[in-house]
Amino acid sequence: MKTSRLALVPAIAIIALGLVACSTSYSGGGPLKIAVSSPPPTKKAEVLSGTLVVDAAASLTETFQKLGDEFHAKNPGVTVTFNFGGSSGLAAQIVSGAPVDVFASASPATMKTVTDAAATSADPVIFVKNRLEIAVPADNPGHITGLKDFTDPAKKIALCAPEVPCGAAAVTVFKNAGLTAAPDTLEQDVKAALTKVQLGEVDAALVYRTDVKAAGDKVKGIPFPESSTAINDYLIAPLKASSNQKLAAAFVAWILSSNGQKVLSAAGFDLP
Amino acid sequence: MVGPVQATPRNAKGGGSTRRGTLTDRRGSGIPGILWIPAVLALCFLLLPLLALVLRAPWATLPHQLFTPVIGSALVLSLVSALCATALCLVLGIPLAWVLARSQGWAAAPRRVLRALVLVPLVLPPVVGGVALLLLLGRNGVIGRYLDEWFGLTIPFTTPAVVIAEAFVAMPFLVLAVEGALRGADRRFEDVAATLGASRWYIFRRVTLPLVVPGVAAGAVLCFARALGEFGATITFAGSFPGVTQTMPISAYLAMQTNPDGAIVISLVLLVVSVLVLVSLRDKWISGVAA
Repeated sequence: MKTSRLALVPAIAIIALGLVACSTSYSGGGPLKIAVSSPPPTKKAEVLSGTLVVDAAASLTETFQKLGDEFHAKNPGVTVTFNFGGSSGLAAQIVSGAPVDVFASASPATMKTVTDAAATSADPVIFVKNRLEIAVPADNPGHITGLKDFTDPAKKIALCAPEVPCGAAAVTVFKNAGLTAAPDTLEQDVKAALTKVQLGEVDAALVYRTDVKAAGDKVKGIPFPESSTAINDYLIAPLKASSNQKLAAAFVAWILSSNGQKVLSAAGFDLP
Repeated sequence: MVGPVQATPRNAKGGGSTRRGTLTDRRGSGIPGILWIPAVLALCFLLLPLLALVLRAPWATLPHQLFTPVIGSALVLSLVSALCATALCLVLGIPLAWVLARSQGWAAAPRRVLRALVLVPLVLPPVVGGVALLLLLGRNGVIGRYLDEWFGLTIPFTTPAVVIAEAFVAMPFLVLAVEGALRGADRRFEDVAATLGASRWYIFRRVTLPLVVPGVAAGAVLCFARALGEFGATITFAGSFPGVTQTMPISAYLAMQTNPDGAIVISLVLLVVSVLVLVSLRDKWISGVAA
């Protein structure tokens, strides 16, 4: 819940830069074009306003921040607030009645929790896919080369807890590889696992490829072939709890737009 | 957090002042009617969430959920680590409280700074405390680096790390309580002991400490309760692994992700343990104050 105010600063810059660009990007028939009955001829079809609360998987932090800023820049009347966290925890909050407009989950299972409770106002859509990668500190102190190093009790290993999607994916990967991991800690979400790598407290962690990319120079990623056996589908859906369905639908469309997909792909996500 | 924080100074004062207790008793009936409304509201505010927990508990499957190895090991780990943390706080916290209480002779500025620093963990978000501990004692930490290099010792992800995280967060509770008791204690007993030729260490052991036992007990209970419920600093600094670092609050949090009923059961166990601890020690510390 830390985005909305901070988002204003870059947003102002983006508005200033994007005044000309705006007219062209809207004429392309983008998903943001919301039909209005009587717009003044000089104004674009743009009446979105209000506050939007988006619960999104922790692994979407950087991309959704960016896309949220852009969304706000294009719709200055809209304030987007993000709540990033483990998908399962977010799903539990939504089912318990949290006032959330859009949910983006990192796994079908967590989205199912929400659809089972009939809390979505439209069918969830797969918007990206993600795969696991080995994350090691930049100098790789544990000399990690592949998945088999995760079975060495002498190495400090962080995995996600099996209750959250990245942990469930890790379980699948180890099962398919026929290996028994020897983790030292089972972190509550993927960012917590990554932080332990960034601080050099563990020799390796299994996180999403996108997280490795987002962490920059401090973390080195090691792809491994078994990762293709556990590819996560990310789903997004507007929620019934939203008091502004039009806005919620517009944000979902924004994520599925070519620009949204471009930003997500650049961050290391596979497109569906 | 709000409850214990507000309770601490009151307990601390009560710990040393015997007059206060009798005065309150005498005036007990004189509660202005208008205070009843917010008082009852406050009580509801504190109790209703817990009542909801009890009401929503899956009583039918409770025994089945309760006696799982995961909950058992988490409970044992929680109790053991909270006890160790309390012991650590007693050993280090009582001397610190003594220094704080007897710092009246110092200049005001350093005294205030020292007190503020001691209380920082009380107001610091526990996760920040956990990060700070990692930066100090982690494998690449300011001190932890040398522990690793010289002794091959790494603290994070071990049970001692849980104890350290809990002690870090809980110690101010003990220090506050004991310091309050020490300030309230009658120093003339110490003066008399000194005139009789007792050494400072002997006076501390045989005169000062027995005088503040109620304050120490109150502080230890609060300290234990805080350590038992510790989550943020523990999961950040010690991580989470069943049987090693996964305490009750952490397993409640993780269970909430997939098995809310399980989380309710764990929360219920924590609630029962906390209430038992507070109730069983209550008599002791109240009679101690009155004595």
